[in-house]
Amino acid sequence: MSAEAKEILTVKEITKRFDDIQVLDRVSLQVKSGEVVVIVGPSGCGKSTFLRCLNALEDIQEGEVILDGEVINPTNSGLSKAREKIGMVFQSYELFPHKTVLQNLTLAPMKVKKVGKKEAEEEALKLLDRVGLLSKKDNYPRQLSGGQKQRVAIIRALMMHPEILLLDEITAALDPEMVREVLDVVLSLAAEGRTMMIVTHEMQFARAVADRMIFIDGGRIVEEGAPDDFFDRPKTDRLRKFLNSFSYESCGQTT
Amino acid sequence: MDLEVIYSYIPRFVEAFWLTLKIGWFGILIAFIVGILTAFAVHFKIPVLSKIAGIYIEIFRNTPLLVQLFFIYFGLPKLGIRVSAESCGAVGLGLLGGSYMAEAIRSGLDAISLAQTESALALGMKKTQVFKYIILPEAFSLSVPAIVANLIFLLKETSVFSAISLMDLMFTAKDLIGLYYDTTETLFLLVIFYLIMLLPVSLIGNAVEKKYRYRMLGQ
Repeated sequence: MSAEAKEILTVKEITKRFDDIQVLDRVSLQVKSGEVVVIVGPSGCGKSTFLRCLNALEDIQEGEVILDGEVINPTNSGLSKAREKIGMVFQSYELFPHKTVLQNLTLAPMKVKKVGKKEAEEEALKLLDRVGLLSKKDNYPRQLSGGQKQRVAIIRALMMHPEILLLDEITAALDPEMVREVLDVVLSLAAEGRTMMIVTHEMQFARAVADRMIFIDGGRIVEEGAPDDFFDRPKTDRLRKFLNSFSYESCGQTT
Repeated sequence: MDLEVIYSYIPRFVEAFWLTLKIGWFGILIAFIVGILTAFAVHFKIPVLSKIAGIYIEIFRNTPLLVQLFFIYFGLPKLGIRVSAESCGAVGLGLLGGSYMAEAIRSGLDAISLAQTESALALGMKKTQVFKYIILPEAFSLSVPAIVANLIFLLKETSVFSAISLMDLMFTAKDLIGLYYDTTETLFLLVIFYLIMLLPVSLIGNAVEKKYRYRMLGQ
């Protein structure tokens, strides 16, 4: 990532409230092209909500999200255009159960971008091959394992050629032995310079993939920094406590 | 059982069969249209319409078809509206069926998780596209078993048409028994003709169900 890489996404002081509950409190952030930003934090801290605000799956009460110089406006008819540029992968895969793997991949490019069927299928097959699932192209989602489904979900997002990819706890629903195959795909995407924002609980993976780490707690960014500083020299007590909760020795010492 | 008698009755049963089928399918067509509109009104909580839809469903699900037919057949002329027995049968069946279809379709729509919609929106699809390509087909797959059950139920309900003097299968059988007392032969033919009408629906329904259910949920 070069120092003068252009900014793709700017988040300006966004605030999110569900009725009386403040979930996000004036969160600001900038993401440069090719950057991988990993967000961690205790459950319920607002990190998933933060991702969902970026492509307006959640509305925000204050602030704005700017993608490529354009403000994302939930009431705007251009919202679906903006969403094309923001790929998103969900914890629960959300493949379309009534469509084959291949159809899952080609549906949005064909209907939204009006790409020809042949062209869309060619690209889909290439991507399937890349994640080792070419033989599954005619299967239905229910015939795949969780890890396979999530790999399909990732390349389904890639089919739209997004400028930024949002990954929302994509391994949280997987059996441990399947986590690796999914994270390997993400690592390879990072290696080819994809811009990504990742919410995860896999700390080792986070450290390996991140250019920048962000710790959210209580709806605010509490600490951010390069992965080495973040994990080895946390500046705040709250982050230190949070990181400690992932190592078992510390539990032994405190009891 | 006298085969001669059976042969001689067949033409009358065939005629009654076609009449029953005709009114049955018209009724089912109405049931589908009413059912889909009602289900949408309820599922999308369209103001006013969803309330009316709810009341309609409860009234028609909880009264017998015979009573509904009497209302339409004997009640409407009192208001100055003349309807043929045939349209009466089709409309009555359609309104009863509509309330059942509405519930079947609504249950399918309600079963689709919000996250499915969100993942389609995140891919840049417009709301109408999400509905057309994702929600509707998925909901249909889930509703198939209930819809097939309703089809069979509605075709069987046509047997009360005889009460408003439609020459359907049931009416024909009663008529023949009254005239000639060949009860065994007549009832035998009645069963056979109902089976001819309903078995294909049941078998095709099973096949469709298998195809769609397999995709969605497994064997």
